Amino acid sequence: MSGSSRTLGAAADPDAALRIAEEVVRLADKAGVAEAEALVVSGESALTRFANSEIHQNVASSEAFVNLRVANGRRVGVASSGRTDAEGLRALVERAAAIAANVEELEDWAGLPEPDAIAPDAVDEAWSDGTGGATPELRAEGARAIIAAADAEGVTAFGSFSTDAEAFAVANSRGIRAAERRTTSQLLTVTMGPDNGTGYAEDCSVDATAIDAAALGREAAERARVSANPVDIEPGDYPVVLNQYAVVDLLDMLGYLGFSALAVAEDRSFFEAGKQVASPLVTITDDGRDPAGLPMGFDAEGVAKQRLALLDKGVCRDLAFDAQTAARAGRRSTGHGLPAPNPYGPFPVNMSMAPGEATTEELIGGLDRGLLVTRFHYTNPVYPKRVVITGMTRDGTFLVEGGKIVGPVRNLRFTMSYLDALAGVEAVGRDRRCLRGFLGGSVVPAVRLSSFSFTGATRAE
Amino acid sequence: MRDLTGRALDTATALGATYADVRVVRRLEESITIKSTRVEGVSAGETEGFGVRVVVDGAWGFAASHDLSTAEADRVAAEAVRIARASATTIRNKVVLDNRPPAQGRYETPVAEDPFAIPLDRKISALLEADRAMNGVKGIAWTESTYSAQREEKTFAASDGSYTEQLITHIGSGLEANAIDGDEHQRRSFPDNGGLWGSAGYEFVRAMDLANNAERIASEAVELLTAPPLPSGTRTILLHPSQLYMQVHESCGHPTELDRAFGTEASYAGTSFLMPDMLRDGFRYGSDLCDIVADATVPGGLGTFGWDDEGVAAQQVPLIKEGIFVGYLTSRETAPRIGRQSGGAMRADGWNRIPLIRMTNVNLLPKPGMSFDQIVADTDDGLLFETNRSWSIDDRRLNFQFGTEIVREVKNGKLGQLYRNGTYTGITYELWRSMDAVGDASSWRMWGTPNCGKGEPPQTGHVGHGVSGARFRNVRVGVMS
Repeated sequence: MSGSSRTLGAAADPDAALRIAEEVVRLADKAGVAEAEALVVSGESALTRFANSEIHQNVASSEAFVNLRVANGRRVGVASSGRTDAEGLRALVERAAAIAANVEELEDWAGLPEPDAIAPDAVDEAWSDGTGGATPELRAEGARAIIAAADAEGVTAFGSFSTDAEAFAVANSRGIRAAERRTTSQLLTVTMGPDNGTGYAEDCSVDATAIDAAALGREAAERARVSANPVDIEPGDYPVVLNQYAVVDLLDMLGYLGFSALAVAEDRSFFEAGKQVASPLVTITDDGRDPAGLPMGFDAEGVAKQRLALLDKGVCRDLAFDAQTAARAGRRSTGHGLPAPNPYGPFPVNMSMAPGEATTEELIGGLDRGLLVTRFHYTNPVYPKRVVITGMTRDGTFLVEGGKIVGPVRNLRFTMSYLDALAGVEAVGRDRRCLRGFLGGSVVPAVRLSSFSFTGATRAE
Repeated sequence: MRDLTGRALDTATALGATYADVRVVRRLEESITIKSTRVEGVSAGETEGFGVRVVVDGAWGFAASHDLSTAEADRVAAEAVRIARASATTIRNKVVLDNRPPAQGRYETPVAEDPFAIPLDRKISALLEADRAMNGVKGIAWTESTYSAQREEKTFAASDGSYTEQLITHIGSGLEANAIDGDEHQRRSFPDNGGLWGSAGYEFVRAMDLANNAERIASEAVELLTAPPLPSGTRTILLHPSQLYMQVHESCGHPTELDRAFGTEASYAGTSFLMPDMLRDGFRYGSDLCDIVADATVPGGLGTFGWDDEGVAAQQVPLIKEGIFVGYLTSRETAPRIGRQSGGAMRADGWNRIPLIRMTNVNLLPKPGMSFDQIVADTDDGLLFETNRSWSIDDRRLNFQFGTEIVREVKNGKLGQLYRNGTYTGITYELWRSMDAVGDASSWRMWGTPNCGKGEPPQTGHVGHGVSGARFRNVRVGVMS
């Protein structure tokens, strides 16, 4: 029995997922429901976690998720289930239909999305056999490479290596059919040295075998070594260089708070089409077909992903729409719907920031007196509409003088408008990384900002 | 169910597991979201599956599946063993568990009105009535009213003979009114940001009296638009229970998780400033008034149960006693490393996640003397912070910053000027040492956090906090960008 383990991708069969979705729509039709949309996600997820330079958690799960939205007239109900057997699907339809029969009408319900003229293509780059075939041994090997790099620098390694292989399928009663398989993998590590030095490194990829664990280990270990014995620095406004690990949070928060058509409709977003909100050096797009990120061909409503120019040279251009927000605006969805019901609205999950031309050394070299920040920790909106965020620096914060790193400083708290931060972008790095965002993957460069507001500092104990 | 659990345990032990446990979980969920009088989303969810956790060669392995067949039990148990063997290639310390007695029995959340038995249209109508009342206030931009219920049927079996069954029901509901003018966006919630949560039946929602508080909070949201921002300074602050419970959560609950102190959360949520040597040395965490207990037995809490997900019975564990750090939230593996037995704090977010050390109900105990209202009346010059709006704390849980929806000046014991965008910040132990008044039992109640994130892969925990409100001196307020 010990040889019975399946490879990770065995359950990620898009054809099987689509058959389940179509069966749910058929059952709903048979039950007398006017409109039905089924989203099926099935696959396997695994993660190996290490701490104190040893593996302490190693998990794998085989999961299925069926989400059904039905509508009778303007009455809409949603039900979900982890069961894919006949009885489970029948019960799912019954629950969704019962909800639709008992809710108030949605006055502006626009119906489920119609198929596009061109059906959403599966994105071949969304899948890698390297992740689909990932084993516990492969993940343990990655952990060992990180730990070896940490041992070489005399620091301790903590982190995780995850591999996910899933099938996504959507079918609706208006004829939408979409199915593809997707893989994602992420390896991250925090390293800690004996004198309060800490470091960080991360990589995300469709292909787990493309992640260079040893290089990540060396990067994080080196950072832990040079950040040892941090000193206090007075909080205040400093020019900064933000590493990619910090920049990803800027994109996440802009996506969460502003790039959604519903956020604009509810007047809770900063977004005004045509308004300059960031430096001309800042261009942010959302592109589900970008192979540099974690691609996907369609959204949870089965609508093909459109490329969005969210900020074009600092100017607000495009917004993310799902089917309902699009209908209210009299246009097509951009393919940014999340699973129903989704009161928060559409969301960009494939964001990237255009690279510049500066090397990391050039970014740092442009700081007369400022700070180099590795990443942010536990950020949270303080004033959401102005994207004022508070959070801490973490895993390596350094004072830079005369363009050279002077030494590590103790972690600082910031309270800062991310819009103001991006308005002050002076230079953008040429090297980008694919990193895990709130709901997907983001591809980001490092940046140099003219000013960042640090409002407090932590203590030694 | 014993067929499945027995099969998984037999297979795991036959393949070399020195310890194995299995949890079979079925979870039902129902949620209603109303936005500006539109019934925006109503959903019902169901998920079931099982997870097998094993120790092989001194290392942990875990595998899970949604397929509840005995053949799948064999496969998943074998997969868990294989994973444990892969883990064993890097371990430097073998897993040693405490010697808790085998667990046996059944526990159910006391429920007066089964939320899943109440007709959906009645639950929607009650929520709509409250939502409409908010929308009747001039100046409201949009509203959101929510209701959720969750029921978990959980069977736990272990290779030491443990077998328990639990039926746990959680429920939450709340209102949110939003007023917007230009860049200024103000929100008021009732009873709490994200709703008030507890382990109970629908009677818990009825008792909130949502409809009769709707107009008040909507009016406050509009009023906040023209209130001045909170000036910066160092002030006496009063934390209403709707904010104080979050302060307890972030600055006491998380740093007393022993896995954080041992570094096993370092790569995600962080570590803790509270290290085991400080336990031995009697570190002064707060003032003499500070008594904090992790209590999985208190009625109504989101962390109330019969046994944790390792089969350890619910209990009360002192964390801070008269201001001194005296205990941690622990597991069967971590507790022996500080010479103790598990306090029963291992909890998993469903069948497909491994148990982690989580808060149960981390409660600041009331102190006889004054109710919270009397503490306000006893304050000459202070600020009352109510209803959490934002939260952030560093990776060792020392430097925190919180914002609340509303702040009111307190002058000579009376409530006065309203302020918007109120924040306060500080260092955990400095704040708790500055606490000079805690409300009595008449102000004490359970609050709930249904969205506590921890672990990789991420898990969302439901944890409870009992608080009564408290006063703190010399706190920095009004952090402006």
